[in-house]
Amino acid sequence: MARFFYPGCALEQSGKPYAVSALAVARALGLELPELRDWNCCGATAYMGTHELWGLALAARNLAMAEQLGADELVTVCSGCYVVLNKAAKYTATDPALGEQVNEALGSAGLAYRGGVRVRHLLDVIVNDIRPEAVQARMKTSLAGLKVAPYYGCQIGRPFDDFDDPERPTTLDSLLQAVEAEVVPYPLKSRCCGGMLMTTSTEVAVPLVYQLLECAAQAGADCIATACPLCTMNLEGYRKQIAARHGRSFAGLPVYAFTQLLALALGLPRAETGVDMGLIPAEPALTAYL
Amino acid sequence: MAKRIGATSRQLADEFMEAVLSLPDGEKVKQCIQCGTCSGACPTSHAMDYTPREIIAALRAGMLDRVLNSNTMWMCSSCYGCTVRCPSGIKLTDVMYELKSLATKHGVRPKGVSTPALQAAFVAEVEAHGRNAEVGLMRRFFLGTNPFDGLRNLGLALAMKQRGRLSLGSSSVSPEGQRQLKAIAEKARGG
Repeated sequence: MARFFYPGCALEQSGKPYAVSALAVARALGLELPELRDWNCCGATAYMGTHELWGLALAARNLAMAEQLGADELVTVCSGCYVVLNKAAKYTATDPALGEQVNEALGSAGLAYRGGVRVRHLLDVIVNDIRPEAVQARMKTSLAGLKVAPYYGCQIGRPFDDFDDPERPTTLDSLLQAVEAEVVPYPLKSRCCGGMLMTTSTEVAVPLVYQLLECAAQAGADCIATACPLCTMNLEGYRKQIAARHGRSFAGLPVYAFTQLLALALGLPRAETGVDMGLIPAEPALTAYL
Repeated sequence: MAKRIGATSRQLADEFMEAVLSLPDGEKVKQCIQCGTCSGACPTSHAMDYTPREIIAALRAGMLDRVLNSNTMWMCSSCYGCTVRCPSGIKLTDVMYELKSLATKHGVRPKGVSTPALQAAFVAEVEAHGRNAEVGLMRRFFLGTNPFDGLRNLGLALAMKQRGRLSLGSSSVSPEGQRQLKAIAEKARGG
């Protein structure tokens, strides 16, 4: 099984705590994830909304390069990249005419994609290949007593329900439970954070994020676990705007990529958990586990 | 007053249908039963001039130009809630992308909506580097829209910088990668 890692643009900057912890956790679990050399932006929603074929071909360059290296799987931790790369892989496979057009575009760059790469989210790989029991067996610090709201967001399970339910997902719950965290009931777990609307239509996105935070707070969560750098940014970065509009800033409610909590549970060095890079202080929520 | 588009309503509708039909399951748009499940699933339909259900109704009524001049598709956050619930199997999120593409192509930018500007900034940033540096994206976006909004986000940018989550330089693909991306773009957009 040859896997390559597709970091995506956000992982190089705002998503650094996610990047650091994801790679450290993968190493600790014996997962080999070399970075796909010379990867390019997946195109995100911006290219899809500009010219769909261009967007698919842009994303497919990454698949073509991975295939050339003999990859069976391309693994990403960003749900935005996951959905676009997966769309390129699936649409070219199920629609031969579209696949041909994408390959014509790739061909002009001396590349080709034959459909041999499976796109996966790291959450899927850890839950379904490594298995929660194996993660538990390597646990050094039990997260018992830590109440976590599992926030999946949208694009990890929609539209492609490859490894979980599109509206009532449970994979993240099972992984957190394996390291003995207390997963609180979180009915908004797959509701939208607003995505890029936080930048362009703040007045629309702020109430969406407020509801997500309010729901987690009411469930008694000490922190929120995420699986996407953009969700993380929206949930932790706009507390001032949320306080201005809704009167609460949820000051004691930090947000972590799920790999950060796994890094804690696996007893990895503090720097590899990335918890000190959070906009909301890790203590007191994580005091007992650091 | 809506911006006049240099194509008739019928031409626009034909162009739109051609684009939608070229996508997997695109023909399912013809099977819409107007149940409104899409609008009910949508977390932002309250902010749209026309709800997702109304888009299909407008298309059938030959009023697609009204939709193109509205904020509707620019309020779509790509959460795919409509797509997974539609009983007719219509990929509504892809329909939204086709509306955005058509509006972009015809230069239609409804007033008070800055999502098209962000989309353009994103594409420009990726065309320049093959990757999207968040600082570069925000600089392009705020300079092109409202620099004062950019200043309001300065606090967040500084906090991110302090924690090592923001760098001023851009990471780029290799020169060979740049050449490949350029060739791919030319071919995909031309064909």
